[in-house]
Amino acid sequence: MTELIQGETGTWEMVIGLEIHAQVTSNSKLFSGAATAFGASPNSQVSLVDAAMPGMLPVINEYCVEQAVRTGLALNAKINLTSVFERKNYFYADLPQGYQISQFETPIVGEGSIEIDLADGSTKTVEIERLHLEQDAGKSLHDQHPSKSYVDLNRSGNALMEIVSKPDLRSADEVASYVSKIRAILRYLGSCDGNMDEGSMRCDVNLSIRRPNDELGTRTEIKNMNSIRFIKQAIAYEASRQIDIIESGDKVVQETRLFDTVTGETRSMRSKEDANDYRYFPDPDLLPLVIEQSFVDAINDNMPELPDEKKHRYINDYGMNAYDASVLIAEKSRAEYFEIVVKNRDAKLATNWLTTELLGALKKAEKDIEDSPVSAEQLGGLIELISNNTISGRIAKEVFAEMFETSADAITIVEEKGLKQVTDTGAIEAIVDEVLADNPDKIEQYKSGKDKLFGFFVGQVMKKSQGKANPAMVNQLLQDKLK
Amino acid sequence: MTALTDLTIKQALDGLNNGDFTSVELTNVHLDAIESAKELNAFVTNTPEQALEQAKASDTKRANGEVGVLEGIPIGMKDLFCTEGVQTTASSKILEGFTPQYTSTVAQNMFDQGAVMLGKTNLDEFAMGSSNMTSAFGNVINPWKRNNDNKDIVPGGSSGGSAAGVAARIMMGATGTDTGGSIRQPASFCGITGIKPTYGRCSRWGVIAFSSSLDQPGPFARTVEDNAIMLQAMAGFDKKDSTSVNRDVPNYMSAMTGDIRGLKVGIPKEYRVDGMPEEIESLWQQGIAWMKDAGAEIVDISLPHTKYALPTYYIIAPAECSSNLARYDGVRYGMRVNDGGNLDDMYEATRAAGFGDEVKRRIMIGTYVLSAGHYDAYYNKARRVRKQIWNDFNQAYKKCDVILTPTAPSAAFAMDDDMNDPIKMYLNDVFTVPASLAGMPGISIPAGLDKDGLPLGLQILGRPFDEETVFRTAGVLEEAANFTAVPQLIVQKAA
Repeated sequence: MTELIQGETGTWEMVIGLEIHAQVTSNSKLFSGAATAFGASPNSQVSLVDAAMPGMLPVINEYCVEQAVRTGLALNAKINLTSVFERKNYFYADLPQGYQISQFETPIVGEGSIEIDLADGSTKTVEIERLHLEQDAGKSLHDQHPSKSYVDLNRSGNALMEIVSKPDLRSADEVASYVSKIRAILRYLGSCDGNMDEGSMRCDVNLSIRRPNDELGTRTEIKNMNSIRFIKQAIAYEASRQIDIIESGDKVVQETRLFDTVTGETRSMRSKEDANDYRYFPDPDLLPLVIEQSFVDAINDNMPELPDEKKHRYINDYGMNAYDASVLIAEKSRAEYFEIVVKNRDAKLATNWLTTELLGALKKAEKDIEDSPVSAEQLGGLIELISNNTISGRIAKEVFAEMFETSADAITIVEEKGLKQVTDTGAIEAIVDEVLADNPDKIEQYKSGKDKLFGFFVGQVMKKSQGKANPAMVNQLLQDKLK
Repeated sequence: MTALTDLTIKQALDGLNNGDFTSVELTNVHLDAIESAKELNAFVTNTPEQALEQAKASDTKRANGEVGVLEGIPIGMKDLFCTEGVQTTASSKILEGFTPQYTSTVAQNMFDQGAVMLGKTNLDEFAMGSSNMTSAFGNVINPWKRNNDNKDIVPGGSSGGSAAGVAARIMMGATGTDTGGSIRQPASFCGITGIKPTYGRCSRWGVIAFSSSLDQPGPFARTVEDNAIMLQAMAGFDKKDSTSVNRDVPNYMSAMTGDIRGLKVGIPKEYRVDGMPEEIESLWQQGIAWMKDAGAEIVDISLPHTKYALPTYYIIAPAECSSNLARYDGVRYGMRVNDGGNLDDMYEATRAAGFGDEVKRRIMIGTYVLSAGHYDAYYNKARRVRKQIWNDFNQAYKKCDVILTPTAPSAAFAMDDDMNDPIKMYLNDVFTVPASLAGMPGISIPAGLDKDGLPLGLQILGRPFDEETVFRTAGVLEEAANFTAVPQLIVQKAA
């Protein structure tokens, strides 16, 4: 959905493209055998190659190539059987070689596309420009000493996949669903853990504004975003900043900007004029990377079910609506949970209970589904009790709240608290009769046309039965007796 | 009896095998020779203790019946090969005091085969030069002198310390690296033999990079056969070098059959350059005659893009070096000059103080040819021309098996002759650079003396990975040339 922004002089549209840097989940680095564990003590995961000692040479890690190809296939993209590593030259203390080995003119993955899910349940196709493999830099630490900077090379040489979208995104919400979808795909594949807070997935946002459907405007690039919330904030700030500039008669300067999470503003990092001339050229230490079609085919034959395939399967097999399906597939762990719950159980109940009750409760408790106090099997048990009329839906909500609190099984709670639904016709009839006897005036009114009072009678019966009367039977009896 | 320092590697291996002397004796004789030839400045670092330890270990190995290809042979190691625990400088101030924790694959291969390292030999800084005058640790002096004056002569470069050392009989063989002629040209200038193998034949792992797509380790020795022995120990696939080629190393020693009957020897017409001394032309003709006499067939060939080779080389090599040398930034090892400014100030101060003029010149050229706006006109064009040069050789090798040319357009020059004109210096590589760009093997063997008594070399180029035919042809040429002249330094000592 294009979200138009109202400025002083008319409406504006934002045009956004993303570069996502996803660290390949691999035990060793892209061009060295060094380990890659997160959180290890500084400079403990550094080989001679990563430290760029004299005479050291890079050797490509085949596992990382495989992950890039898998990810490319998941992005429905063209796999380039020949790709070339180039050197991107610049000086920085945490870049030991003085260049980053990256792919420039010939990336390993070419054009592709993915579907993103929008808030109204509709979808949008976002085109992917490319995916390429590159080395990560180390980390400069400026806050460890009053006058010195420290360098930690643990990250130096880690394999990154840079996924570049076309400028197809038109709102902060679209960007958020794009990032979520890419993260979901990476997690389904296991090619990247997608943990933005650990920096294993980072994102550069290219944004410009224009009159709807006009020519593209001048863009700025907001670097190194590591949370979807901040991305949305940064986009809102940057779009309005650009609109203010243009509406006051100035021009947007093409530049790199940083988002300040404290002030919620973006600020200039460097302009195009002081941008580095990276002097890209093919890395003479590495021959062109040539892979066989059979290598790609073998990977393709072993792809896991991906988010969108799952989504369409849920819609087709479970009669789910697109919105619910997209909610369930959004996280790999959520879909895995759902598939345990739904096994041999009612799909509609499973969907509703997961998307509304469970996810709602988790959100309130600020918990991830991996840490849910109610396991998938337990939620399935609760659904079974509803399906076989042991408890009503209303009682089930009470039971669920208890389960969420104590992690007990549904059946245990139902038995301990005597919450079994009353399905004995005689017992229910007695309560119905009692209610009718207590409310002759209401019967009068009902019969004279106040149909809505039917609900009052149902409510009274349920109340008297402490919620245990079978609602369908109550309805039936009341209808018969109020004729 | 011949002095031990005069022996060839082959003779020394036989002597060791016969128990005529031990590696420790052989090593001691060479260590003494090094002491008495200090004025040559052939070494950046001497490693006598390590040499004697290795020699002792080698004698023990031999006694146990373990005999490597170079078992007990004292050699020099160009100071571009990293050696664990021994300072490795690339003859640059920026790496002074740098002691690697690792040994380059080629050096390790040689040690595994019993080589005894006498020290790390001097070179042009980062292998950039053709005279060994750019070394931060002083120039190397060629043991040869002109008949008519006493001026110091350059040994050529960049592997000048290795070439001078082998010529001066202070080491039996030595390693070099050849990027545009850095083995063949100094071999020619010092009257010895040196081969640049096919690119990918010897591992570059642990060799300080100058220009990655051109650098190739290779040996120096005083005979073709000794070169074959040395290369046998050095060569081989290395999975740590992605450009190393995975194919078996043939037995180079047995390739020298002495028989080149029917072999087609190509003579490229483009190698007759303006201003080349008459005596080099006539030496070349002599070489052709020797080949004919040995039963080879002479074929006229054309390498049409030869004249573009030097400009192409002087774009590609600086481009790669500008990037390869970015790691010498004062952050992690080697020299750091920090005047309290910011990071950029430290880079500038460190690199200004650490690099010499020729290195700076090439970094600047390389940065320029890779920069936006110049990339296509220089670097990309050079890459395309390089392909054409490679294609020239491929076409030629349809008509011939090897190519015979002079190694250099002149004999070694005196220290003060040609120093101030970098372009003139670059012209030294005119005959060696094309094969470097094409990645093909080439050997230089001493074939005669110029009018002043300085050695001149002839070059034999071969097909990729056909070092065997190169050795076979060179062996025949060596026998015909019967080059027995020795440097004046040796003559003086003998007197």
